[in-house]
Amino acid sequence: MRKNSKLSNLYLVLVFAILYAPIFYLMYYSFNSGGTMREFEGFTLDWYKEVFQDTRLLIIVLNTLIIALLSSAISTIIGVLGALAITYVKRRRTKNTLLTLNNVLIVSPDVIIGASFLILFTMIGIKLGFTSVLLSHIAFSVPIVVIMVLPKLEEMSSSLVDAARDLGASRREVLTKVVLPYITPGIFAGFFMALTYSLDDFAVTFFVTGNGFSTLSVEIYSLARQGISLTINALSTLIFLVTILLVVGYYFITQRNNRVKGVAIRK
Amino acid sequence: MQTKSRNLYLIPYVLWMVLFVAAPIVLIFYYSLFDIEGNLTLANYAKFFTPVYMQMTLSSFWYAFLITAFSLLIAYPTAYLLTKTKHKQLWLLLIILPTWINLLLKAYAFLGIFGTYGTANNLLAWLGAGRQQILFTDFSFVFVSVYIFIPFMILPIYNSLEEMNPSLIDAARDLGSSQWETFKKVIFPLTISGVKSGCQAVFIPALSLFMITRLIAGNRVITLGTAIEQHFLVTQDWGMGATIAVFLIIAMAIIILLTNNRRRSAR
Repeated sequence: MRKNSKLSNLYLVLVFAILYAPIFYLMYYSFNSGGTMREFEGFTLDWYKEVFQDTRLLIIVLNTLIIALLSSAISTIIGVLGALAITYVKRRRTKNTLLTLNNVLIVSPDVIIGASFLILFTMIGIKLGFTSVLLSHIAFSVPIVVIMVLPKLEEMSSSLVDAARDLGASRREVLTKVVLPYITPGIFAGFFMALTYSLDDFAVTFFVTGNGFSTLSVEIYSLARQGISLTINALSTLIFLVTILLVVGYYFITQRNNRVKGVAIRK
Repeated sequence: MQTKSRNLYLIPYVLWMVLFVAAPIVLIFYYSLFDIEGNLTLANYAKFFTPVYMQMTLSSFWYAFLITAFSLLIAYPTAYLLTKTKHKQLWLLLIILPTWINLLLKAYAFLGIFGTYGTANNLLAWLGAGRQQILFTDFSFVFVSVYIFIPFMILPIYNSLEEMNPSLIDAARDLGSSQWETFKKVIFPLTISGVKSGCQAVFIPALSLFMITRLIAGNRVITLGTAIEQHFLVTQDWGMGATIAVFLIIAMAIIILLTNNRRRSAR
C-alpha cells in the first residue's frame, strides 16, 4: 500500500511537471541574452525592455484589453438579462430550447464560429476590424455569462421575491434590491470568465480581424510563424503573471460564492 | 402587464440568439451552395465526396481519435489520484491554471522544446539516440494537442469521481472483488458520464484544430479545421469552406448525441 501511494504521487508529480514545463521553459529563456531557446548564455532584461519600447506591440496589448473589458461588460449585461428571461419562462419546452440554443456557441468549434461570423459580417457590411472583433467576442461570451448566472437564479428561493412584493416593493425594486444583489457573485464570475475567454481567444479573432487590427493572440501567432523571438518569451512571462493575478481574483470570487452558498444552505 | 415587462428581458437575449446563433448557421448552409464564382450549385458537396477530401476527413478523425484516446489514458489516473489527495481543490486549481494561459504561447514553447537544438533533442543526444526531427511530425502534433487538452479531460472525470458514493467501493471490496475488478465493474461504469463529456470536450476541438497544425505540424497534418481556415482565408473559396463546415457541424451533432448523458453534463 505504501509503495502504491509513492508510485501514485510520482505519477501526479510527473503530470504536473509536464503541464508546467513549457510555461517555465518560456519564462526561463526570456532572460537569455543569447537570443535563442537553445543555450542559456547570460541573464538579461533586454527582451523586456524591447517589449516596453515596441509601440506597435503596446497598442496591440491595449486593443486586446479594451476588447476584453468592453466585450465582457456588454456580454455580462446581455447574459444577465438572458438568464433572467430564461428563469421567467415557465414552459419547459421553451426553456429547454433556449438552453440548447444557448449552448450552441459553447460547444461549436472556434473555426466554425469564426467562419460563420466572417460570412455574417461581410453580408451585413460590417468592416472587419475593431467592431467585428468586439461583436464576435460579445457573441461568444454571452452564453458563458448565462451559464454562470443561471444556477444562482435557480437557487434563489422564490419566497424572497414574494416577501419583497408583499412588503410593497415595485418590480424595479425587487430586481435592483433583491434579485441583483443575490446573484452578484454569479455575475462577477461570469464577467471574469468572459474576460479570460476574450483575452484567450485566437481562432475566432483570427477570422474576423482585418488587416489593420490585431489582438495579442493573433500577433503572437504571426510572430511565432516567423520563428523564435525572445520578445515573445518576455511578453508571455508578463501575460503569465497577469493571468495568475486574474486566476487568484477569480478564485477569491468563487470562494465567496461558496460561502454565500453555505449561508443559503444553513438558512 | 406582468408578462409584458418580463418579455422585455427576452428582447436583447433573443436578438443576440437570432443574430449570432441562428443566422451564422443558416449562412454556413447557404454559402455551401455556391461555387467560387458565385453560381448556385451542389458541386461543393460532390467535391467533398472525392478521395482527396474523404481522405482528409478520415485522417482528421483518426488524429482526433488518437488525441482523445491518449488524453483519456493520461487524464483518468490523474483525476482518480487527485481525488485521493489532501487539498484536492488546490491541486485541481493547479491543473486548471495552465488552461488559462494563452494556447498560442504554449504551442510556441514547444517550438523551442522540440526544435532541432531544443531540450528534447539535447536529451536524446545525451542518451545517445542522436538528434531527430521532432518538430513538424505527426508525433509532435499529437503530443502538443494532448498536452493542451489534458485538463479538459481531467475536469469532468474528476467531477464524476467526486460525485460517486464512496460506500459503493467499500461494498465491492467487502464482497471480495479485487482492486482491478472494483475499478472495472464499479468505478469506471459509475464515472462513464464524466468520461463521455471529457471525450466530447476533446474530440470536437481536436477535429477542428488549425493553429497547432500550422505551427507544430508544419502543414503536414491537415484537419477539417485547417481545411476550413485554408478555404476561407487563403484560397477565398468560401463555398467549399462552408461545405466542410457543414460536415463538421454534422459530425459535431452526432458526437454530442452519442456522448450526451441524460442528466446534466458533468462540466
